[in-house]
Amino acid sequence: MQNNIIINTLTQIVGPGHILSDLESLYSYSYDASPGHQHLPTAVVFPADTQEISQILSFANIHKIPVYTRGSGTNLSAGTCPVKGGIVLVTTRLNKILEIDEENLVVVVEPGVIVADLNKTVAPLGLIYPPDPGTVATATLGGTVSENAGGLRGLKYGVSKHYVMGMEVVLASGDIMTCGGKNVKDVSGYDMTKLFTGAEGTLGIITKLILKIVPAPEAKKSMMAVFKNLDDAGNTVSDIIANKIIPATLEIMDNATIRTVEDYAKVGLPLEAEAVLLIEVDGNPIVVEQEAKKVFSVLKKNNAFSVEVAKTQADVDKLWAARRAALPALAKLRPTTYCEDATVPRSKVPVFLHAVSDIAKKYNVTIGTFGHAGDGNMHPTLVCDLRDKEEMQRIHKAMDEIFRTALKLGGTLSGEHGIGLGKLQWMHIQHGPVGMKTMKAIKQALDPNLILNPGKLVGEC
Amino acid sequence: MDNKLTVEKIKECDKTLLLDIQDALANCMKCGNCMAVCPIFKELGVETGVARGKLSLIEGVLKGVIPLSDNFEKSMGLCLSCKACAANCPCGVPADELIIRGRQAIVKAHGLSPVKKKVFALLKNRPLFDLALRTAGIFGPISMKKLPRPMAVVSRFPMPGMDKKRVLTPFAAVPLRKQYPETIKINNAKFKIAFFTGCTINYAYTDVGKAVINVLKENNIEIVMPKMQHCCGTPVFTSGDIESGKAFARHNIQTFERYNVDYIIAACGSCTEALKYEYPKMFKDDPSMKIRAEKIAEKTYEISEFLVDIVKFRKDNLGTLNATVTMHDPCHMVRGIKVTQQPREIVKSIPGIIFKEMKEPARCCGSGGSFSLAHYDISRKINDRKVADIKSTNADIVVTSCGTCRMHITDGLVQNKIDNVEVMHVIQLLDKAYQAGKSNH
Repeated sequence: MQNNIIINTLTQIVGPGHILSDLESLYSYSYDASPGHQHLPTAVVFPADTQEISQILSFANIHKIPVYTRGSGTNLSAGTCPVKGGIVLVTTRLNKILEIDEENLVVVVEPGVIVADLNKTVAPLGLIYPPDPGTVATATLGGTVSENAGGLRGLKYGVSKHYVMGMEVVLASGDIMTCGGKNVKDVSGYDMTKLFTGAEGTLGIITKLILKIVPAPEAKKSMMAVFKNLDDAGNTVSDIIANKIIPATLEIMDNATIRTVEDYAKVGLPLEAEAVLLIEVDGNPIVVEQEAKKVFSVLKKNNAFSVEVAKTQADVDKLWAARRAALPALAKLRPTTYCEDATVPRSKVPVFLHAVSDIAKKYNVTIGTFGHAGDGNMHPTLVCDLRDKEEMQRIHKAMDEIFRTALKLGGTLSGEHGIGLGKLQWMHIQHGPVGMKTMKAIKQALDPNLILNPGKLVGEC
Repeated sequence: MDNKLTVEKIKECDKTLLLDIQDALANCMKCGNCMAVCPIFKELGVETGVARGKLSLIEGVLKGVIPLSDNFEKSMGLCLSCKACAANCPCGVPADELIIRGRQAIVKAHGLSPVKKKVFALLKNRPLFDLALRTAGIFGPISMKKLPRPMAVVSRFPMPGMDKKRVLTPFAAVPLRKQYPETIKINNAKFKIAFFTGCTINYAYTDVGKAVINVLKENNIEIVMPKMQHCCGTPVFTSGDIESGKAFARHNIQTFERYNVDYIIAACGSCTEALKYEYPKMFKDDPSMKIRAEKIAEKTYEISEFLVDIVKFRKDNLGTLNATVTMHDPCHMVRGIKVTQQPREIVKSIPGIIFKEMKEPARCCGSGGSFSLAHYDISRKINDRKVADIKSTNADIVVTSCGTCRMHITDGLVQNKIDNVEVMHVIQLLDKAYQAGKSNH
């Protein structure tokens, strides 16, 4: 179909002020936060509501025009890159918090609401929406639910899918469907809500979300422990859980990250340390005190070289400064940064970290690993220069080995960033031929003309 | 406009134009963190309006995919140079500076816009500029209508490129430097300083200049206001006209070198930033000029910073002022020269003042120098947020340290029909306190 017909039709649907089709604008929506993927769409539309989205999809479905749904475009797996041209559909105009239901601890929101804005709104009520990806200040709820985003609090609070109770979705045909609801217990039918959560825009477009919110913890206690031996750090992680303590946050940084962070932020980390653990327990003040004490004794038992417990908010900020500096510090080393999220069962974290460190040496590439030790969600961060073809070959080999290692250890390709295009090549290893066939069958059933984010997540169908 | 100008042509005309920033551009991860803090993105919601998008367009030009088109120019123009993106960037990408480089590429390829060309030509001719603004001061009352608040006028006649309802500052009938001798002598002076007045204070906000002089005198400091000083060059430089920017820098460096002073003081974040940081950077390829620029830079201080850090200004003779005061941090104060505590210390030291912080004191007011001329609608929306924040503090006075912010916020208050809030420079408040101290005795 001719581009001008597409643009004219879309203009009729969304109105002239809400469509972009000049080269410069198209170029600005040709990428997301994932390096190495860029492709021009035909048009970028900013629909106002469900009805307009429905009309756009009916039109696109009839004429088999690809549609890529996008919030702020902060995703890290090229999930919103318009690889096959077509329509980029931006949800940021659907940005209303429709309802805060304190009795049921539920909010109803439109997909374009920024995660941090929801939290700012419910904070005065003593409530939180726990999924907290690094980009909370910019990412939209629709995007984070579609990517099944997680964050630092994943160990205790889980990821996006644990908070999605229901939604309104526009299907590829343009039909509007609702699923789930405010019921805590709901076993009626297939769990469609879960199916569309983490579907990365390949099955439908979320236009409304019913999300669970939870009481904010009354108290928090943070501490940082330094380990000379990586295995001691690993044993600490298992021991904390074995002691029936589920910290809100249990973060680890490897030696490469420690060195980089120290060089950049000068937070006082010992350069020879093999690992640093950052632990935060939260909840009822009395329980928090007890748990913090127990964690402290576990740290001692496992030969923590030093332990710092935060007493004031300033101390907390100081401890977190190191963790927050991890990605920026690594990113500043080289122009291109791949922040991956291969995840392993938490008992395998030390084995995985050793393996990544060996892989970095083997391929002579720079990799710093940090991440959520408590839930096994690691961020091997490969820094390089996309413009150096020879280096990129080594980077891709290292990446391949990292993902294969994670899968061998019983892990998964993604703990929170999603598959998109970035991790497509390893999907068949994790899911096997039957798994892939089943997923493709779902895609084909819901989107027979393959217009929704084509080629992503399950690949070509 | 020639839309076919590609990277090949740019390389021919100037190899260093954009190529040398390729590494800096590559450091942008496209994480989008800049979206959270960009005032323009908040209003427009499009990628071409935020740093990430602009940097990708510059990359596009370098790849030869994007021409130096009108749209490219428009996108580069949609920036207040508020530096919020750079301050919030996890990778430390100086996006604000890179966007100025994008503007430079446009200027190099297509020249300045006809309006800017005329304005800059006038600006570059110091005697003519002086004459023009003085004439404007003399004829001001004919063309401008005074509003019932200090230093606020609206145009009686439509002016090209200017919204008719927009509140402006009247040009002074007599510029500041004409009102005083070049040197204001003090017996047993503690220090001798040179006052870099900047255009706004010399030709419009002479009340700020007077306050600065009074306060310095109160602290036993001898003042020189070099006659030949000229605009700091920031408006020209940020428009991408780097060569003219350098000409201003060179002129001012030469002028201030002639005076044997302990310090150079400016009462504006942008002017201070120009002298302290931009001039040495401008001459990075000219070692002898660089050394001279650095000597000037070492001596340069913003007035609040100078009074608090160097002078330890007098507090024993401050009178009482009964008012609730809030403060707006100009972008070039907070993110440019990083001076925010000192002006607060000054305000808080005045007896009787209740200081109330507004929600986001460091959020740009939307002025952005000439940005508000070219994009009055957007700058108004940004300004409305600022005015709402000011209003919620119930302050009687909002103090700031930048003339352009003062004018823009005044406009915002008038447009929002808020008549009981006054806008002034921090130093004017201090001057009032010294005056109050005298009348009490």
